[in-house]
Amino acid sequence: MRLERRDAVPLALVAAAPLAAVAAALALAAGLIAAAGVNPLTAYAEMLRGALGSRLAVTEMLTRATPLILTGLAAAVAFRTRLWNIGGEGQFYMGALVTAWIGHALGLPGPMGIALLMVCGMATGAVLLAGPAALRLRFGVDEVVTTLLLNFIVILFVGLMIEGPLRDPLAFGWPQSVPVDGDYRLPDLIARTRLHVGLLVALTAAGIVWLILSRTVFGVETRAAGLNPRAAAFAGIPLPRTILGVALISGALAGLAGSVEVMGVTGGVTTTMSPGFGYAGIVVAMLAGLHPAGVVAAALFVATVFVGADAMGRATGVPSFIADVIVALSLLTMLVALLFTTYRIRRS
Amino acid sequence: MTEALDLLWNTSLWAAVLRIATPLIFGVLGALLCERAGVLNLGIEGIMTMGAMVGWLTVYLGADLWTGLAVAAVSGAVMGLLHALLTVPLGLSQHVSGLGITLFASALAYYLYRLIVTVGETPPTITPFQPLAVPGLSDLPVVGPILFAQSAPTYLALAAVAVMAWVLARTPLGLAIRMTGENPHAVEAQGLNPVAIRIGAVVAGSALMALGGAFLTMAAFNSFFPGMVQGRGWICIALVVFASWRPGKALVGALLFAFFDAYQLRLQTAVEGVPYQLFLMAPYVLSIVALIVVARRARVPEALMTPYRRGER
Repeated sequence: MRLERRDAVPLALVAAAPLAAVAAALALAAGLIAAAGVNPLTAYAEMLRGALGSRLAVTEMLTRATPLILTGLAAAVAFRTRLWNIGGEGQFYMGALVTAWIGHALGLPGPMGIALLMVCGMATGAVLLAGPAALRLRFGVDEVVTTLLLNFIVILFVGLMIEGPLRDPLAFGWPQSVPVDGDYRLPDLIARTRLHVGLLVALTAAGIVWLILSRTVFGVETRAAGLNPRAAAFAGIPLPRTILGVALISGALAGLAGSVEVMGVTGGVTTTMSPGFGYAGIVVAMLAGLHPAGVVAAALFVATVFVGADAMGRATGVPSFIADVIVALSLLTMLVALLFTTYRIRRS
Repeated sequence: MTEALDLLWNTSLWAAVLRIATPLIFGVLGALLCERAGVLNLGIEGIMTMGAMVGWLTVYLGADLWTGLAVAAVSGAVMGLLHALLTVPLGLSQHVSGLGITLFASALAYYLYRLIVTVGETPPTITPFQPLAVPGLSDLPVVGPILFAQSAPTYLALAAVAVMAWVLARTPLGLAIRMTGENPHAVEAQGLNPVAIRIGAVVAGSALMALGGAFLTMAAFNSFFPGMVQGRGWICIALVVFASWRPGKALVGALLFAFFDAYQLRLQTAVEGVPYQLFLMAPYVLSIVALIVVARRARVPEALMTPYRRGER
């Protein structure tokens, strides 16, 4: 038996791969739920109810999906060009921090201020990834390690700022940054829920990214640079410029996620405001097959697992870390599923 | 300022260096072994977390410390086998698979831990490895307390460096491993199986990584808590590059790094008015700087991250 590359990948297979991957991940995690002494079917039912069972649950899930769409896009854009941006978590936090910092004392009218703060968040994330990208291009330093290490540096920096210069004096000793001005809190999408217009921002971003990737010369260049850098360079595609461009877009998207989360949900920054949005974005991007539309769907799935697992934990006592297990497993199963979309097994 | 310099004359600082270096030595040796065979193992962070949890848990459930270490190593080997199967015979992206293993192994470790210890409960402790004074030598001035009063796993780590250096440089097995990382087709031509060699290297390397994690809960501390590996795995990946894929240099890198870590910890209390986060950042910043310095002249194994498929170029 050997693997043979398919000439054309049927669309049905592309769509089936993530579904099969998710099903496999849920089946594998069922064993762990059973180990906790809970019937997996009961647990999954609780999970679904917790994430989709009521209007409030759905809005919570969508609120959780919003940053995941953005960090998922950030990873998808970068991974298509084989720029391994694992620093989404750090870019998220820096975007959030700068937004809270500027947004605390900005004298602009609401909508203009919100737009400016989003740009600030994006610029921060972009700069934070431009560094590792430039180091790779200039010195050949692997960006995986630098972006990962930067996550730790950023979270310490955030801690330093919110215990020092940006400390919220009204937070009673709880380390939290000053909040963004009330004028810059994103309006609710549905009244009396936490769901905010950030969801629309994320969906718009997905649309714009899709347009850039599929309808512009730059988008084609990013794809070519990822598929075969040598051929791309031979075809006259400027690799350094393309990689740097991708880095700026990817970093900006993750920074925007932080910015939107601060203005839409938390108001101020804490060192625990992200339950791993940056890392989960990598899973979202892979489940999506690195496609912007797929990112939205995958983010909804991951958000469902996270929100649902909390509810399931309360109802059944299964530790909510099961959500992280399911999400990580679906990344691994998706990798295997992708193999079968690009290759077929032939008896030789 | 003189206070900061005085710290350097303190033997407890230098004893701490070796202690802090131990998990890094195990981790960097493990990562080095995988990469020498041509497989990048970004699962290291999760594998160390797994090793830390499993080692602690085994002892907590009543086994002795050495059994705990062994079981931790097996848990790492299992995770390594998963990474190896995905990346070697299936040839999947080593980056993505490795990150997947890290996410999976840490999530699984936390999940299993929470099945035993609920949120808010005080983390249960075990009796960890105690310092083991080498008779005669530990009484030597200065060198004694630094080198010869460490816990048993630290001696094991130092022995592992020597064994790894010897195996890689002096044995047919080491030659086969190195050649698999440089040119797997040549290995095949010699009648050896590069797929098996890669799988073996990743499994063994991952077991070493898990030992590094286990040291944290079984010697450095006496309990497990989520997030305790704190990027040590990623630092090991950086150290491998810094060491140009050589075990001896890896030891030097780990010691150097541990020195800065031990020193910054003591500086925190000696120097006032500087936020402690700046000190904590130093090791990570240092790793990045080290990478920049060595990256230009790094001699990366030729076939690192290139999947091997028989009869395909």
